[in-house]
Amino acid sequence: MNAPLIHVENLIQKIGEQEILKGVTIDIKRGETLVLLGKSGGGKSVFLRHLIGLMRPVSGSIRFENIEVTHLKERELEPVRRKIGMLFQDGALFDSMNVFDNVAFPLRERGEKKPSVIREKVAQALGMVNMTGHDHKMPVNLSGGMRKRVALARAIISPPDVILYDEPTAGLDPIVSDSINKLIRHLQSELHVTSIVVTHDMVSCYHIADRIALLNEGRIYFHGTPEELRNTTDPIVRDFVDGRSGETIY
Amino acid sequence: MALVSYFYSMYLSFLSFLGQVAILAGDTLLSIGSGRIRPRLVIQQMAEIGFRSQLVVVVTGGFTGAVFTAQAFFQFANLNMETAVGPVVAISMFRELGPVLTGVMVAGRVGAAMSAEIGTMKVTQQIDALRALAVNPVDYLVVPRALAMFISMPFLVVECVGCGILASYYVGVQIMNIEGVYFLANTQKFSDSSDIIMALVKGFFFAGIIVFISCREGLNAKDGAVGVGRATTATVVNCSLAILIANFFLTMALNFLFPAGER
Repeated sequence: MNAPLIHVENLIQKIGEQEILKGVTIDIKRGETLVLLGKSGGGKSVFLRHLIGLMRPVSGSIRFENIEVTHLKERELEPVRRKIGMLFQDGALFDSMNVFDNVAFPLRERGEKKPSVIREKVAQALGMVNMTGHDHKMPVNLSGGMRKRVALARAIISPPDVILYDEPTAGLDPIVSDSINKLIRHLQSELHVTSIVVTHDMVSCYHIADRIALLNEGRIYFHGTPEELRNTTDPIVRDFVDGRSGETIY
Repeated sequence: MALVSYFYSMYLSFLSFLGQVAILAGDTLLSIGSGRIRPRLVIQQMAEIGFRSQLVVVVTGGFTGAVFTAQAFFQFANLNMETAVGPVVAISMFRELGPVLTGVMVAGRVGAAMSAEIGTMKVTQQIDALRALAVNPVDYLVVPRALAMFISMPFLVVECVGCGILASYYVGVQIMNIEGVYFLANTQKFSDSSDIIMALVKGFFFAGIIVFISCREGLNAKDGAVGVGRATTATVVNCSLAILIANFFLTMALNFLFPAGER
């Protein structure tokens, strides 16, 4: 049996006095798309940030390709980070650069000097997210959805082994959301990219997921296939899937 | 008891601040030593820090030299020592006023901008994006600014001092009617290369103070726009205070190497 690409064990994180993650344990297999569901403020984004070393856990272990990453220093993490792309919730585009330079940034930083190669790859990446022709716009002149798509183009321009998506479809119209979902599927089927997607969007979840995990009270409460999620009778999972708050308003 | 605990926590924050600035300076020097330098960004920052700060530095130096000359003249005229105005102003500009005023003005203009820019990047996750793209924020943000600042500051100090002395000559000779030949002869007699070296050494040290405090404040910004505002204010206040305090110790230390008044 193949070893998982990422193995997370008993991950604990506190912010102030509040324990956000109370012992998350999960394996992520190479090439799969894992969707992580959970309540707002439940620690999904925090979990994602641990995978790329942007946060250090209080305790627990994260092994990426069998290398323990939680103890690596900032510079030692760089080779790991080159294999992982991340789409931030608000895009996190560099606001001093236009769209072209934002997307070209990873290529230039990894030593690509030929302008023709950079132009071609940027055009290809922008084409994949339907942003062709917006090269010279500054991030401040883009809508939320456009910013997210440019950020996605930046994340995939040097195809990574793993892409972490933090709410990739939040705030997007259904058609753009669908194109992002298709792109995630495309990256998986064509480039065999492993994807970990944090989302609340159940349509997107069923569309892209090979496996779904539900983070509840700081722990992985459920994980299974989309089919298993659909058929589960667990009341907590059902409430989340069906969008029931459990509160009564008189 | 509450007062003691308040002062103790202030003391701890001060130590932590010093530690963070020292670690940032160490990381930056290590990066420079390892050759992680982006020449294009260094040139961009030199334009921002050096070229665009010239007006403020020239005006500050010029008017300080002018007003200092006028005041010195009013006092020295009573003692019939008008021709001593030139060297007094020149040495003061070289040894103290030039570097300190340049430092404070650059901290206000460039330090605040640096801190606001890096702070905004921090609170909008752009620094996290840099890290996620395997780019070290110290290499990308701090190293170019530090190099540009270390290169630009000595030039700015020289400009400030030069304009101060030129303005002093103009006010002293053209307005106050001091004999120009004596003004220049005395200025030359009482000032020498050690004064210039002192100005440059101080400029270099102040460059470090400004860049590392500004970048530290920016990199530690939190809580959105309010946090960026707080970081910017802290940068200007901390840089100005640090420059004034460091200036005293630098003067005392450099005076061993280049004693004043021994001509």
